[in-house]
Amino acid sequence: MDYHSPASFAEASALAANATGITRFLAGGTDVLVQLRSELVTPDTLIDIKKIEGVSDITKNADGSWTIGVAATGAEMSEHPELGGDWPGVVEAMDLIGSTQVQGRATLTGNLCNGSPAADSVPAMAAAGVTVTVTGPEGTREVAVEEIPTGPGKTSLSKGELVSAVHIPARGEDGGDAYLRFIPRTEMDIAVVGVGVNLRLDGDTVTEARVSLGAVAPTVLLVEDCAKAIIGSTLDDAALDALAAAASAACNPIDDKRGTIAFRTEVAGVLAKRAAKIAYARAKGEQA
Amino acid sequence: MSKFHVSTTVNGDSVEYLCDPRETLLDCLRDKLNLTGAKEGCGTGDCGACSVSVDGRLVCSCLMLGVEADGKQIETVEGIADGDVLHPLQQKFIEHAALQCGICTPGILVAAKSLLEKNPNPTEEETRYWLAGNLCRCTGYDKIIRAVMETAEELREAS
Repeated sequence: MDYHSPASFAEASALAANATGITRFLAGGTDVLVQLRSELVTPDTLIDIKKIEGVSDITKNADGSWTIGVAATGAEMSEHPELGGDWPGVVEAMDLIGSTQVQGRATLTGNLCNGSPAADSVPAMAAAGVTVTVTGPEGTREVAVEEIPTGPGKTSLSKGELVSAVHIPARGEDGGDAYLRFIPRTEMDIAVVGVGVNLRLDGDTVTEARVSLGAVAPTVLLVEDCAKAIIGSTLDDAALDALAAAASAACNPIDDKRGTIAFRTEVAGVLAKRAAKIAYARAKGEQA
Repeated sequence: MSKFHVSTTVNGDSVEYLCDPRETLLDCLRDKLNLTGAKEGCGTGDCGACSVSVDGRLVCSCLMLGVEADGKQIETVEGIADGDVLHPLQQKFIEHAALQCGICTPGILVAAKSLLEKNPNPTEEETRYWLAGNLCRCTGYDKIIRAVMETAEELREAS
């Protein structure tokens, strides 16, 4: 295995483009090293991106949007004095991943590029409208988070491409987001269902919404019918029931030891309602 | 296979080693630096027996490559006591018999020290969540939690 620690994303991209065999990028390593150690994936080329300047930075831009470095850890996001105020759903989703030790290393970008359908931060990012910068041999492009995973363990990144920054939109006025997941215990588990909701209000009425589901299909789902179910409503019981029905209808889950198809489909609706209520309360400036 | 020359600081001492890029920090600590306090329980970041602190951040040393330690400040369980004087956490673990087979103990001491440095007054719930990544197969969790809570209390009174 060749190990490289390039000083720029262009250099990282060139290394990957010219590499033969299996290439992996190393940020926090909480998936890459597990796969390496269990001999699931033994990379021929490992490219550590942590020596690139600014990769651990969490920056609030002049327009209120956020740029999260690809090596910024979950712990650094949770400890940030302002990020969780703007985007509590994104931060709580990231914070649900693994133990304190894993939080010390794990990153949003790693969670996204690992391609797990059950990745907790990904539905929260999709709901928030997060985009990533992808650097490749042809230059850079901006891609919506939900367009990165294409199936379990697979992404739309082509050879030589890597995510070089994460962009969270400006929170703006009267908005709120939330992420909930179901696991059979209280901590240290993989989502059986995950739901991210992000919405904006005008008075009591929902004017914008994005609802995203995790662990109920081969990739994260951004469900337009869920958004339609609550836009224009005051999140009354009828709107919440329509939201739950739309969430359940969008599910295409697997049956496994952690949850049956029927269970995941039902729980997706329940969690969508609960997450929407939390996002709504947050948009109103209430504690939730 | 070319080896990498790594210069790092472990428990305040400058150290150097040569490592294969596939070797984890845990392998390097145990096999090259003879610091066998950190244990390999699972090797996949689930059990926390290999917990160390890297630049003040609690991590699993099995989930970090030895080559990534270059230029970092590493703290292991071997650096917790001051010579022959045990750290208050170590003393409390003995008083409470908060260990049975002892395999998880070094990782739990490092993790608990990291908690008390960040939060000198944790609730029991915060302590249990913080230590959720440290598994004890003897299931002696209650004594461990009591030892950490009592250490926190004594350290607050002393300061």
